[in-house]
Amino acid sequence: MSELLVIAEHDGRALAPAVLSTVTAASALAGHSGGRITLLVAGQGCRPAAEAAALVAGVGRVLLVEDQAYAQPLAEALAPLVARLAKDMSHVLAPATSFGKDLLPRAAALADAQPVADAVRVIDARTLVRPIYAGNLLQTVRVKAGCVFATIRPSAFAPAGVGAKAAPIEAVGAEPVALRTRTLGCEAGASSGVDLGRARVVLAGGRGMGSAEGFKRLEPLAKRLGAALAATRAAVDAGYAPNEWQVGQTGRIVAPELYIAFGISGAIQHLAGIKDSKTVVAINKDVSAPIFAAADYGLVMDLFQALPELEAALADDNSGA
Amino acid sequence: MKILVSVKRVIDATVKIRLRADGAGVETAGVKFSINPFDEIALEEAVRLKERGIASEVLAVSMGAAACQETLRHALALGADRAVLVESDAILEPLTVAKLLAALTRRESPGLVLMGKQAIDGDENQCGQMLAGLLDWPQASFASKLELKDGRALVARETEQGIERLDLPLPAVVTADLRLNTPRFATLPKIMQARKKPIERLDPAALGVDPTPRLEVLKLEAPPARRAGRMVDSVAALVEALRTEARVL
Repeated sequence: MSELLVIAEHDGRALAPAVLSTVTAASALAGHSGGRITLLVAGQGCRPAAEAAALVAGVGRVLLVEDQAYAQPLAEALAPLVARLAKDMSHVLAPATSFGKDLLPRAAALADAQPVADAVRVIDARTLVRPIYAGNLLQTVRVKAGCVFATIRPSAFAPAGVGAKAAPIEAVGAEPVALRTRTLGCEAGASSGVDLGRARVVLAGGRGMGSAEGFKRLEPLAKRLGAALAATRAAVDAGYAPNEWQVGQTGRIVAPELYIAFGISGAIQHLAGIKDSKTVVAINKDVSAPIFAAADYGLVMDLFQALPELEAALADDNSGA
Repeated sequence: MKILVSVKRVIDATVKIRLRADGAGVETAGVKFSINPFDEIALEEAVRLKERGIASEVLAVSMGAAACQETLRHALALGADRAVLVESDAILEPLTVAKLLAALTRRESPGLVLMGKQAIDGDENQCGQMLAGLLDWPQASFASKLELKDGRALVARETEQGIERLDLPLPAVVTADLRLNTPRFATLPKIMQARKKPIERLDPAALGVDPTPRLEVLKLEAPPARRAGRMVDSVAALVEALRTEARVL
């Protein structure tokens, strides 16, 4: 029977939504042979997160590790713990978020393992599919031997639901570490209040938004649709939008039901981040913008003219919101 | 203080990636190669630290086929002082590269190792974190700002939660994100000077690293093509299509 460890990203109280998608991938890896999924919740004063973890469908056990060293989710502190636990595991998984991408490779190196990065599909217990070259190719890889380490692309797996009964929570000891890194804080930019990774609708702006004020004009429509706001690298570099809004090869990967691109030209690096969206709409006044080739619906129009028209059209329909 | 910068030779970001006719690899014939853009940013940061008198030497390291010498010449033209090529025609996985870098780091004793957060071919985003683990050094991945002061690195890193600030003692591994800096262009005189700078060539075995891959690539394929879209001529037509065809509104 396989033993699968999923490293939980959490804030002490709740799990990050990406963890639920990672549990779904773990269930697929466990397959028919049956396997036990263990969620690792390491932190300090994080029992509420462990209790939330125990309720996730498919989770057989929660390991709770509390220590001052884990007060901040630093790879330097957590990697030795993960490498120790990996000795009893067939799989070690983490979401392919900035947390998981920072931690999992370090832990894998300590266990002398080569991880699979950013898996989007499970073939069998040791075989996964992952995008390379900004999603222009898919690579199917098999881990030849030993524990399978992988990060899981959250947008590629549906989130696990709530289980029938709570899994047991076991407290285990920390792995001693002389932590040298100090966290000085984290500054978030303006937020649309909707998690970009989970939003059903994403409104994204490119350089065509013209300014930070231009981006603000997306807000009424975002509010009406319950949409998250996103941006291209060009728009972030120009200072129109905060860094954490960036979608693309090196930013967030999103796969909403509806992605509307406003004033976005459509660089391949940006398209890499939206490829799996169900419906892509492009609104751009430049008829030759490459984004139109990647869109399900294209509208050649000045976005500042289209925005109020869209708001008006959707305001007519009470079921639209 | 010496800074070691790892640079990878990759297919240029502007090239349209195509599968070879036999499906076993990416078409490289007649294709332009460049330094991995993230590594170029890491190198620029190291060169700026040297120009400000904070670093004393910038060592550029690359792993791979003999053609990586071109990448190293480019790094030398951008301001690296010397270069090391670990030459191998085998597929070098991030774990292998991290082990080779760890061996070179032990030999060279840099105060800082800089590299891009990911290479734009494999998109793994692993090597720096693995190296830091193997060396048991502090790490700061996805750096958008780096300041060195009193033997410590103050790093701003880009995360999904916002900009996180870390304070870590040197030696450390820092991986560069896009907004760390904008790299300079190599000038002709620098390109000429770079031809005279030394490139040391090593074999992976000389560094005591077994490069056998841990992963087996079973298949490479193009992702399924999106169905062709269509143009609409008004906001009304768009909203209608989103409601009745796509059913997303």
